[in-house]
Amino acid sequence: MIAIVDYGMGNLKSVEKGFIKSGVAVKVTQQPADILCAQGVVLPGVGAFKDCMGNLDRLGLIGPILRAIESGKPFLGICLGLQALFTESEEFGHCAGLNVFKGKVVRFPASELKVPHMGWNIVRFKNKPPIFDGIDDNRYFYFVHSYYVVPEDSSITAGATDYGVEFTSMIWKDNVIATQFHPEKSQAAGLQILKNFGAFAAKH
Amino acid sequence: MLAKRIIPCLDVRDGRVVKGINFVNIRDAGDPVENAVFYDEQGADELTYLDITASHEKRKIMLDVVEKTATDVFIPLTVGGGIGSLDDIRDLLNAGCDKVSINTTAVNNPEFIAQASARFGSQCIVVAIDAKRSTGEPGDTPPWLKGSESLSYLDITSHLDTAWEVYTHGGRRAKGIDAVRWARYMEEIGAGEILLTSMDRDGTKIGYDIELTRAVSEAVNIPVIASGGAGELGHLYDALAGGKADAVLAASIFHFRQHTIREAKEFLHAKGVTMRL
Repeated sequence: MIAIVDYGMGNLKSVEKGFIKSGVAVKVTQQPADILCAQGVVLPGVGAFKDCMGNLDRLGLIGPILRAIESGKPFLGICLGLQALFTESEEFGHCAGLNVFKGKVVRFPASELKVPHMGWNIVRFKNKPPIFDGIDDNRYFYFVHSYYVVPEDSSITAGATDYGVEFTSMIWKDNVIATQFHPEKSQAAGLQILKNFGAFAAKH
Repeated sequence: MLAKRIIPCLDVRDGRVVKGINFVNIRDAGDPVENAVFYDEQGADELTYLDITASHEKRKIMLDVVEKTATDVFIPLTVGGGIGSLDDIRDLLNAGCDKVSINTTAVNNPEFIAQASARFGSQCIVVAIDAKRSTGEPGDTPPWLKGSESLSYLDITSHLDTAWEVYTHGGRRAKGIDAVRWARYMEEIGAGEILLTSMDRDGTKIGYDIELTRAVSEAVNIPVIASGGAGELGHLYDALAGGKADAVLAASIFHFRQHTIREAKEFLHAKGVTMRL
Protein backbone atom coordinates (compact mmCIF):
# COMPACT_ATOMS: atom_id res chain seq x y z
CA MET A 1 0.00 0.00 0.00
CA ILE A 2 1.14 3.50 -0.86
CA ALA A 3 0.31 6.32 1.56
CA ILE A 4 -0.75 9.63 -0.01
CA VAL A 5 -0.18 12.26 2.65
CA ASP A 6 -3.28 14.39 3.11
CA TYR A 7 -2.36 17.67 4.78
CA GLY A 8 -5.08 19.87 3.37
CA MET A 9 -3.10 21.20 0.42
CA GLY A 10 -4.79 20.92 -2.93
CA ASN A 11 -6.12 18.26 -5.10
CA LEU A 12 -5.34 14.83 -3.69
CA LYS A 13 -8.25 13.32 -5.55
CA SER A 14 -6.50 13.29 -8.89
CA VAL A 15 -3.34 11.80 -7.39
CA GLU A 16 -5.43 9.07 -5.79
CA LYS A 17 -7.40 8.46 -8.98
CA GLY A 18 -4.20 8.42 -11.04
CA PHE A 19 -2.77 5.62 -8.90
CA ILE A 20 -6.05 3.70 -9.00
CA LYS A 21 -6.12 4.00 -12.79
CA SER A 22 -2.54 2.69 -12.83
CA GLY A 23 -3.56 -0.32 -10.75
CA VAL A 24 -1.72 0.75 -7.59
CA ALA A 25 -3.33 0.39 -4.14
CA VAL A 26 -3.23 3.68 -2.22
CA LYS A 27 -4.55 5.16 0.98
CA VAL A 28 -5.10 8.88 1.45
CA THR A 29 -4.16 9.51 5.05
CA GLN A 30 -3.27 11.97 7.79
CA GLN A 31 -2.15 9.23 10.18
CA PRO A 32 1.57 9.00 11.05
CA ALA A 33 1.15 5.24 11.53
CA ASP A 34 -0.03 4.81 7.92
CA ILE A 35 3.01 6.71 6.65
CA LEU A 36 5.37 4.59 8.71
CA CYS A 37 3.94 1.23 7.65
CA ALA A 38 3.29 2.09 3.98
CA GLN A 39 5.49 0.55 1.27
CA GLY A 40 5.84 3.97 -0.30
CA VAL A 41 4.94 7.55 0.52
CA VAL A 42 3.61 10.25 -1.79
CA LEU A 43 3.68 13.91 -0.75
CA PRO A 44 1.53 15.86 -3.24
CA GLY A 45 0.29 19.41 -2.92
CA VAL A 46 -0.36 22.72 -4.58
CA GLY A 47 -0.58 26.13 -2.96
CA ALA A 48 1.65 28.17 -0.69
CA PHE A 49 4.88 26.85 0.85
CA LYS A 50 4.21 28.41 4.25
CA ASP A 51 0.74 26.81 4.54
CA CYS A 52 2.23 23.51 3.44
CA MET A 53 4.86 23.50 6.19
CA GLY A 54 2.37 24.87 8.72
CA ASN A 55 -0.13 22.12 8.01
CA LEU A 56 2.49 19.34 8.08
CA ASP A 57 3.68 20.64 11.44
CA ARG A 58 0.19 21.05 12.90
CA LEU A 59 -0.78 17.51 11.90
CA GLY A 60 2.40 16.08 13.37
CA LEU A 61 3.52 14.73 10.00
CA ILE A 62 7.01 16.20 9.72
CA GLY A 63 8.60 13.54 11.93
CA PRO A 64 6.93 10.58 10.20
CA ILE A 65 7.82 11.93 6.74
CA LEU A 66 11.46 12.43 7.69
CA ARG A 67 11.59 8.97 9.27
CA ALA A 68 10.06 7.40 6.17
CA ILE A 69 12.68 9.07 3.98
CA GLU A 70 15.57 8.16 6.30
CA SER A 71 14.44 4.55 6.48
CA GLY A 72 14.94 4.24 2.73
CA LYS A 73 11.23 3.94 1.90
CA PRO A 74 10.36 4.90 -1.69
CA PHE A 75 9.19 8.50 -1.61
CA LEU A 76 7.54 10.57 -4.33
CA GLY A 77 7.13 14.33 -3.94
CA ILE A 78 4.91 16.25 -6.35
CA CYS A 79 5.05 20.02 -6.93
CA LEU A 80 4.91 21.50 -3.41
CA GLY A 81 5.94 18.04 -2.24
CA LEU A 82 9.23 18.59 -4.10
CA GLN A 83 9.75 22.12 -2.81
CA ALA A 84 9.05 21.14 0.81
CA LEU A 85 12.11 18.83 0.76
CA PHE A 86 14.49 21.80 0.57
CA THR A 87 16.07 24.02 3.22
CA GLU A 88 13.98 27.12 2.73
CA SER A 89 11.68 29.04 0.42
CA GLU A 90 11.67 32.73 -0.34
CA GLU A 91 7.88 32.65 -0.75
CA PHE A 92 6.32 35.24 1.62
CA GLY A 93 9.63 36.22 3.14
CA HIS A 94 11.57 33.20 4.29
CA CYS A 95 10.14 29.93 5.39
CA ALA A 96 11.99 26.81 6.54
CA GLY A 97 11.40 23.53 4.72
CA LEU A 98 12.08 19.89 5.63
CA ASN A 99 15.79 20.31 4.78
CA VAL A 100 16.15 16.81 3.37
CA PHE A 101 18.17 18.47 0.63
CA LYS A 102 20.23 21.64 0.92
CA GLY A 103 18.95 24.37 -1.31
CA LYS A 104 16.44 27.10 -1.84
CA VAL A 105 13.05 27.55 -3.43
CA VAL A 106 13.04 30.75 -5.49
CA ARG A 107 10.57 32.66 -7.64
CA PHE A 108 10.89 32.88 -11.41
CA PRO A 109 12.74 36.13 -12.18
CA ALA A 110 10.65 39.01 -13.51
CA SER A 111 10.60 38.90 -17.30
CA GLU A 112 8.13 39.02 -20.12
CA LEU A 113 7.24 35.39 -19.30
CA LYS A 114 3.99 34.79 -17.45
CA VAL A 115 4.02 33.56 -13.86
CA PRO A 116 2.71 31.02 -12.83
CA HIS A 117 4.50 28.79 -15.28
CA MET A 118 1.31 27.01 -16.30
CA GLY A 119 0.88 24.36 -18.95
CA TRP A 120 2.84 21.65 -20.73
CA ASN A 121 6.61 21.84 -20.91
CA ILE A 122 9.49 19.51 -21.75
CA VAL A 123 11.51 17.57 -19.19
CA ARG A 124 15.10 16.81 -20.25
CA PHE A 125 16.71 13.99 -18.34
CA LYS A 126 19.97 14.70 -16.55
CA ASN A 127 19.96 11.43 -14.65
CA LYS A 128 17.01 9.24 -15.47
CA PRO A 129 15.50 7.49 -12.43
CA PRO A 130 14.19 3.93 -12.79
CA ILE A 131 10.58 5.05 -12.27
CA PHE A 132 10.88 6.79 -15.64
CA ASP A 133 11.32 3.48 -17.44
CA GLY A 134 9.31 3.52 -20.64
CA ILE A 135 9.30 7.31 -20.79
CA ASP A 136 11.26 9.04 -23.50
CA ASP A 137 13.50 12.02 -22.99
CA ASN A 138 11.98 15.43 -23.86
CA ARG A 139 8.41 14.46 -23.08
CA TYR A 140 5.83 17.07 -22.18
CA PHE A 141 4.48 17.19 -18.62
CA TYR A 142 1.96 19.49 -16.97
CA PHE A 143 3.29 22.26 -14.71
CA VAL A 144 1.67 24.90 -12.56
CA HIS A 145 3.98 26.80 -10.20
CA SER A 146 5.59 30.17 -9.55
CA TYR A 147 8.64 28.92 -7.61
CA TYR A 148 11.30 26.35 -8.37
CA VAL A 149 14.03 24.54 -6.47
CA VAL A 150 17.75 25.33 -6.64
CA PRO A 151 19.62 22.37 -5.10
CA GLU A 152 23.10 23.04 -3.67
CA ASP A 153 24.16 19.62 -4.89
CA SER A 154 23.44 19.71 -8.61
CA SER A 155 23.93 15.94 -8.87
CA ILE A 156 20.42 15.38 -7.46
CA THR A 157 18.89 17.15 -10.47
CA ALA A 158 17.36 14.29 -12.46
CA GLY A 159 15.53 16.42 -15.01
CA ALA A 160 15.49 20.04 -16.16
CA THR A 161 13.06 22.30 -17.95
CA ASP A 162 13.41 25.68 -19.70
CA TYR A 163 11.23 28.62 -18.81
CA GLY A 164 13.30 31.75 -19.23
CA VAL A 165 15.81 29.98 -17.00
CA GLU A 166 16.74 26.31 -16.97
CA PHE A 167 15.34 24.98 -13.70
CA THR A 168 15.36 21.66 -11.87
CA SER A 169 12.04 20.00 -12.69
CA MET A 170 12.85 16.65 -11.10
CA ILE A 171 15.21 15.37 -8.44
CA TRP A 172 16.40 11.90 -7.55
CA LYS A 173 18.58 10.67 -4.76
CA ASP A 174 18.45 7.10 -3.50
CA ASN A 175 14.85 6.39 -2.46
CA VAL A 176 13.59 9.94 -3.01
CA ILE A 177 12.14 11.11 -6.31
CA ALA A 178 10.28 14.37 -6.67
CA THR A 179 8.84 16.24 -9.61
CA GLN A 180 7.86 19.87 -10.07
CA PHE A 181 5.32 18.78 -12.69
CA HIS A 182 2.13 16.86 -11.99
CA PRO A 183 2.27 13.22 -13.17
CA GLU A 184 -1.42 12.90 -12.25
CA LYS A 185 -2.24 15.60 -14.80
CA SER A 186 0.20 14.53 -17.49
CA GLN A 187 -1.87 11.94 -19.28
CA ALA A 188 -0.31 8.60 -20.30
CA ALA A 189 3.31 9.48 -19.47
CA GLY A 190 2.27 10.70 -16.04
CA LEU A 191 0.27 7.58 -15.25
CA GLN A 192 3.25 5.48 -16.31
CA ILE A 193 5.34 7.19 -13.62
CA LEU A 194 2.71 6.46 -10.97
CA LYS A 195 2.54 2.85 -12.10
CA ASN A 196 6.33 2.51 -12.02
CA PHE A 197 6.47 4.09 -8.57
CA GLY A 198 3.89 1.58 -7.35
CA ALA A 199 5.98 -1.30 -8.71
CA PHE A 200 9.17 0.18 -7.23
CA ALA A 201 7.52 0.51 -3.80
CA ALA A 202 6.08 -3.02 -3.97
CA LYS A 203 9.54 -4.48 -4.58
CA HIS A 204 11.05 -2.52 -1.74
CA MET B 1 9.59 25.80 -24.25
CA LEU B 2 6.18 26.05 -22.70
CA ALA B 3 3.59 24.86 -25.22
CA LYS B 4 0.53 26.91 -26.10
CA ARG B 5 -2.63 25.15 -24.97
CA ILE B 6 -5.79 24.12 -26.78
CA ILE B 7 -8.77 23.83 -24.47
CA PRO B 8 -12.08 22.42 -25.69
CA CYS B 9 -15.08 23.67 -23.74
CA LEU B 10 -18.22 21.67 -23.09
CA ASP B 11 -21.48 23.33 -22.08
CA VAL B 12 -23.20 21.15 -19.50
CA ARG B 13 -26.80 21.53 -18.38
CA ASP B 14 -28.30 19.27 -15.70
CA GLY B 15 -25.35 16.90 -16.16
CA ARG B 16 -25.73 16.63 -19.93
CA VAL B 17 -23.59 18.14 -22.70
CA VAL B 18 -25.67 20.63 -24.63
CA LYS B 19 -23.81 20.45 -27.92
CA GLY B 20 -22.11 17.08 -27.86
CA ILE B 21 -19.66 15.70 -30.37
CA ASN B 22 -21.31 14.25 -33.42
CA PHE B 23 -19.08 11.33 -34.02
CA VAL B 24 -19.48 7.66 -34.72
CA ASN B 25 -17.30 6.61 -31.76
CA ILE B 26 -19.41 8.53 -29.31
CA ARG B 27 -22.31 6.40 -28.16
CA ASP B 28 -23.98 9.07 -26.13
CA ALA B 29 -23.29 12.60 -27.37
CA GLY B 30 -24.83 13.99 -24.21
CA ASP B 31 -22.50 12.24 -21.79
CA PRO B 32 -19.84 14.70 -20.58
CA VAL B 33 -17.40 11.95 -19.62
CA GLU B 34 -17.51 10.35 -23.08
CA ASN B 35 -16.90 13.74 -24.64
CA ALA B 36 -14.06 14.42 -22.23
CA VAL B 37 -12.38 11.08 -22.91
CA PHE B 38 -12.67 11.68 -26.65
CA TYR B 39 -10.95 15.07 -26.38
CA ASP B 40 -8.30 13.69 -24.05
CA GLU B 41 -7.45 10.98 -26.58
CA GLN B 42 -7.22 13.58 -29.34
CA GLY B 43 -4.60 15.47 -27.37
CA ALA B 44 -6.53 18.27 -25.67
CA ASP B 45 -4.23 20.09 -23.25
CA GLU B 46 -6.97 20.82 -20.74
CA LEU B 47 -10.74 20.58 -20.54
CA THR B 48 -13.34 23.10 -19.45
CA TYR B 49 -16.90 22.41 -18.37
CA LEU B 50 -19.22 25.38 -18.38
CA ASP B 51 -22.14 24.57 -16.11
CA ILE B 52 -25.22 26.29 -17.50
CA THR B 53 -27.63 24.52 -15.16
CA ALA B 54 -30.31 27.02 -14.25
CA SER B 55 -31.70 25.57 -11.04
CA HIS B 56 -29.61 25.63 -7.93
CA GLU B 57 -30.81 22.20 -6.74
CA LYS B 58 -29.51 20.49 -9.83
CA ARG B 59 -26.01 21.95 -9.43
CA LYS B 60 -24.91 18.96 -7.35
CA ILE B 61 -25.13 16.88 -10.53
CA MET B 62 -22.00 18.66 -11.73
CA LEU B 63 -20.01 17.27 -8.81
CA ASP B 64 -20.88 13.78 -9.96
CA VAL B 65 -19.85 14.63 -13.54
CA VAL B 66 -16.51 16.00 -12.29
CA GLU B 67 -15.91 12.96 -10.11
CA LYS B 68 -16.54 10.58 -13.01
CA THR B 69 -14.42 12.65 -15.39
CA ALA B 70 -11.50 12.70 -12.96
CA THR B 71 -11.60 8.90 -12.84
CA ASP B 72 -10.85 8.57 -16.53
CA VAL B 73 -9.22 11.77 -17.71
CA PHE B 74 -5.78 12.82 -16.51
CA ILE B 75 -5.39 16.33 -17.86
CA PRO B 76 -6.36 19.53 -16.03
CA LEU B 77 -10.08 20.15 -15.69
CA THR B 78 -11.66 23.56 -15.13
CA VAL B 79 -15.27 24.09 -14.13
CA GLY B 80 -17.08 27.40 -14.49
CA GLY B 81 -20.62 28.64 -14.07
CA GLY B 82 -22.59 29.58 -10.98
CA ILE B 83 -19.74 29.49 -8.47
CA GLY B 84 -20.76 31.77 -5.63
CA SER B 85 -19.14 30.55 -2.43
CA LEU B 86 -15.92 29.11 -1.06
CA ASP B 87 -17.83 25.91 -0.34
CA ASP B 88 -18.74 25.63 -4.03
CA ILE B 89 -15.04 25.77 -4.88
CA ARG B 90 -14.06 23.29 -2.17
CA ASP B 91 -16.70 20.81 -3.34
CA LEU B 92 -15.55 21.02 -6.96
CA LEU B 93 -11.86 20.65 -6.07
CA ASN B 94 -12.66 17.70 -3.81
CA ALA B 95 -14.61 16.09 -6.63
CA GLY B 96 -11.43 16.18 -8.73
CA CYS B 97 -11.45 19.39 -10.72
CA ASP B 98 -8.24 21.42 -10.82
CA LYS B 99 -9.38 24.98 -11.45
CA VAL B 100 -12.58 26.92 -11.14
CA SER B 101 -13.55 29.81 -13.33
CA ILE B 102 -15.42 32.69 -11.72
CA ASN B 103 -17.21 35.50 -13.51
CA THR B 104 -20.27 37.21 -12.01
CA THR B 105 -19.28 36.65 -8.39
CA ALA B 106 -15.95 38.40 -9.07
CA VAL B 107 -17.73 41.41 -10.53
CA ASN B 108 -20.25 41.60 -7.69
CA ASN B 109 -17.70 41.00 -4.96
CA PRO B 110 -13.99 41.07 -5.91
CA GLU B 111 -13.03 40.29 -2.31
CA PHE B 112 -14.25 36.76 -3.10
CA ILE B 113 -11.33 36.29 -5.50
CA ALA B 114 -8.88 37.37 -2.81
CA GLN B 115 -10.45 34.95 -0.31
CA ALA B 116 -10.61 32.07 -2.78
CA SER B 117 -7.02 32.58 -3.80
CA ALA B 118 -5.79 32.78 -0.21
CA ARG B 119 -7.65 29.62 0.71
CA PHE B 120 -7.10 27.39 -2.32
CA GLY B 121 -4.09 28.97 -4.05
CA SER B 122 -4.13 31.29 -7.05
CA GLN B 123 -3.21 28.38 -9.36
CA CYS B 124 -6.80 27.15 -9.23
CA ILE B 125 -8.58 30.49 -9.48
CA VAL B 126 -9.41 31.48 -13.04
CA VAL B 127 -11.24 34.77 -13.47
CA ALA B 128 -13.54 34.74 -16.48
CA ILE B 129 -14.03 38.13 -18.09
CA ASP B 130 -16.79 38.72 -20.62
CA ALA B 131 -15.81 41.83 -22.54
CA LYS B 132 -17.53 43.83 -25.20
CA ARG B 133 -16.43 46.86 -27.21
CA SER B 134 -17.49 49.98 -25.39
CA THR B 135 -20.63 51.66 -26.64
CA GLY B 136 -19.52 55.00 -25.19
CA GLU B 137 -22.25 54.81 -22.57
CA PRO B 138 -20.84 52.88 -19.62
CA GLY B 139 -23.18 50.59 -17.71
CA ASP B 140 -24.14 50.97 -14.08
CA THR B 141 -21.24 50.06 -11.79
CA PRO B 142 -21.73 47.42 -9.08
CA PRO B 143 -22.57 48.76 -5.59
CA TRP B 144 -19.14 48.03 -4.09
CA LEU B 145 -17.53 50.31 -6.64
CA LYS B 146 -19.89 53.21 -6.13
CA GLY B 147 -18.35 56.01 -4.11
CA SER B 148 -15.56 53.70 -3.05
CA GLU B 149 -12.76 56.19 -2.59
CA SER B 150 -10.35 53.61 -1.28
CA LEU B 151 -10.62 51.86 -4.60
CA SER B 152 -10.35 54.94 -6.73
CA TYR B 153 -6.64 54.35 -7.25
CA LEU B 154 -7.57 51.22 -9.08
CA ASP B 155 -9.14 53.35 -11.70
CA ILE B 156 -11.10 50.44 -13.00
CA THR B 157 -14.33 52.19 -13.86
CA SER B 158 -14.93 52.83 -17.53
CA HIS B 159 -13.17 55.89 -18.92
CA LEU B 160 -13.56 57.90 -22.07
CA ASP B 161 -10.70 55.86 -23.49
CA THR B 162 -12.20 52.53 -22.44
CA ALA B 163 -12.19 50.25 -25.45
CA TRP B 164 -13.84 47.21 -23.86
CA GLU B 165 -16.25 47.02 -20.99
CA VAL B 166 -16.93 44.13 -18.60
CA TYR B 167 -20.33 42.45 -19.04
CA THR B 168 -22.25 39.86 -17.08
CA HIS B 169 -25.37 37.80 -17.78
CA GLY B 170 -24.14 36.45 -21.10
CA GLY B 171 -23.24 39.85 -22.47
CA ARG B 172 -26.51 41.55 -21.58
CA ARG B 173 -25.46 43.71 -18.64
CA ALA B 174 -22.69 46.30 -18.93
CA LYS B 175 -20.96 46.84 -15.61
CA GLY B 176 -19.23 50.17 -16.13
CA ILE B 177 -15.83 48.53 -15.65
CA ASP B 178 -12.87 48.77 -18.03
CA ALA B 179 -12.01 45.19 -19.08
CA VAL B 180 -8.24 45.67 -19.37
CA ARG B 181 -7.94 47.44 -16.00
CA TRP B 182 -10.24 44.82 -14.48
CA ALA B 183 -7.93 42.05 -15.64
CA ARG B 184 -4.97 43.79 -14.01
CA TYR B 185 -6.91 44.23 -10.77
CA MET B 186 -7.93 40.58 -10.75
CA GLU B 187 -4.28 39.57 -11.11
CA GLU B 188 -3.33 41.87 -8.26
CA ILE B 189 -5.83 40.36 -5.83
CA GLY B 190 -5.15 36.73 -6.62
CA ALA B 191 -6.35 35.42 -9.99
CA GLY B 192 -4.01 32.77 -11.39
CA GLU B 193 -5.30 32.94 -14.94
CA ILE B 194 -7.72 34.97 -17.07
CA LEU B 195 -10.34 33.41 -19.33
CA LEU B 196 -11.16 36.24 -21.70
CA THR B 197 -14.29 36.00 -23.83
CA SER B 198 -15.18 38.55 -26.45
CA MET B 199 -18.95 38.87 -26.28
CA ASP B 200 -18.87 40.62 -29.65
CA ARG B 201 -17.34 37.53 -31.23
CA ASP B 202 -18.82 34.70 -29.16
CA GLY B 203 -20.83 32.43 -31.43
CA THR B 204 -19.97 34.36 -34.61
CA LYS B 205 -17.20 32.06 -35.92
CA ILE B 206 -15.49 35.09 -37.50
CA GLY B 207 -12.44 34.86 -35.23
CA TYR B 208 -11.31 35.99 -31.79
CA ASP B 209 -11.08 39.69 -30.93
CA ILE B 210 -7.33 39.91 -31.42
CA GLU B 211 -6.97 43.50 -30.21
CA LEU B 212 -8.79 42.72 -26.97
CA THR B 213 -6.78 39.55 -26.42
CA ARG B 214 -3.52 41.35 -27.00
CA ALA B 215 -4.45 44.32 -24.81
CA VAL B 216 -5.27 42.06 -21.86
CA SER B 217 -2.39 39.67 -22.42
CA GLU B 218 0.09 42.56 -22.44
CA ALA B 219 -1.51 44.17 -19.37
CA VAL B 220 -1.17 41.17 -17.06
CA ASN B 221 1.61 38.78 -16.12
CA ILE B 222 -0.63 35.73 -15.65
CA PRO B 223 -1.72 33.39 -18.46
CA VAL B 224 -4.61 34.51 -20.67
CA ILE B 225 -6.99 32.11 -22.43
CA ALA B 226 -8.65 33.60 -25.51
CA SER B 227 -12.28 32.69 -26.09
CA GLY B 228 -15.16 33.59 -28.36
CA GLY B 229 -15.32 33.51 -32.13
CA ALA B 230 -13.19 30.57 -33.32
CA GLY B 231 -14.55 29.32 -36.63
CA GLU B 232 -11.45 27.99 -38.39
CA LEU B 233 -7.92 26.92 -37.54
CA GLY B 234 -6.40 30.21 -38.69
CA HIS B 235 -8.33 31.95 -35.91
CA LEU B 236 -6.52 29.89 -33.30
CA TYR B 237 -3.21 30.98 -34.78
CA ASP B 238 -4.25 34.63 -34.79
CA ALA B 239 -5.19 34.55 -31.09
CA LEU B 240 -1.93 32.85 -30.08
CA ALA B 241 0.43 34.77 -32.36
CA GLY B 242 -1.23 38.16 -32.85
CA GLY B 243 -3.26 38.16 -29.64
CA LYS B 244 -0.34 36.80 -27.57
CA ALA B 245 -2.72 34.45 -25.75
CA ASP B 246 -1.26 31.55 -23.80
CA ALA B 247 -4.14 29.26 -24.65
CA VAL B 248 -7.23 29.14 -26.84
CA LEU B 249 -10.63 27.90 -25.80
CA ALA B 250 -13.01 26.67 -28.47
CA ALA B 251 -16.28 24.83 -28.58
CA SER B 252 -18.15 24.44 -31.84
CA ILE B 253 -15.06 24.16 -34.07
CA PHE B 254 -14.36 20.84 -32.34
CA HIS B 255 -17.84 19.69 -31.37
CA PHE B 256 -19.14 19.59 -34.88
CA ARG B 257 -16.09 17.74 -36.08
CA GLN B 258 -15.12 20.57 -38.35
CA HIS B 259 -11.61 19.87 -37.09
CA THR B 260 -10.05 17.48 -34.62
CA ILE B 261 -7.78 18.80 -31.91
CA ARG B 262 -4.94 16.89 -33.48
CA GLU B 263 -5.47 18.65 -36.80
CA ALA B 264 -5.49 21.98 -35.00
CA LYS B 265 -2.24 21.15 -33.24
CA GLU B 266 -0.52 20.00 -36.40
CA PHE B 267 -1.67 23.13 -38.21
CA LEU B 268 -0.34 25.40 -35.45
CA HIS B 269 2.88 23.44 -35.12
CA ALA B 270 3.50 23.82 -38.86
CA LYS B 271 3.11 27.57 -38.42
CA GLY B 272 5.79 27.60 -35.76
CA VAL B 273 3.65 27.61 -32.60
CA THR B 274 5.02 25.42 -29.79
CA MET B 275 2.56 22.57 -29.35
CA ARG B 276 2.48 19.34 -27.38
CA LEU B 277 1.91 16.89 -30.21
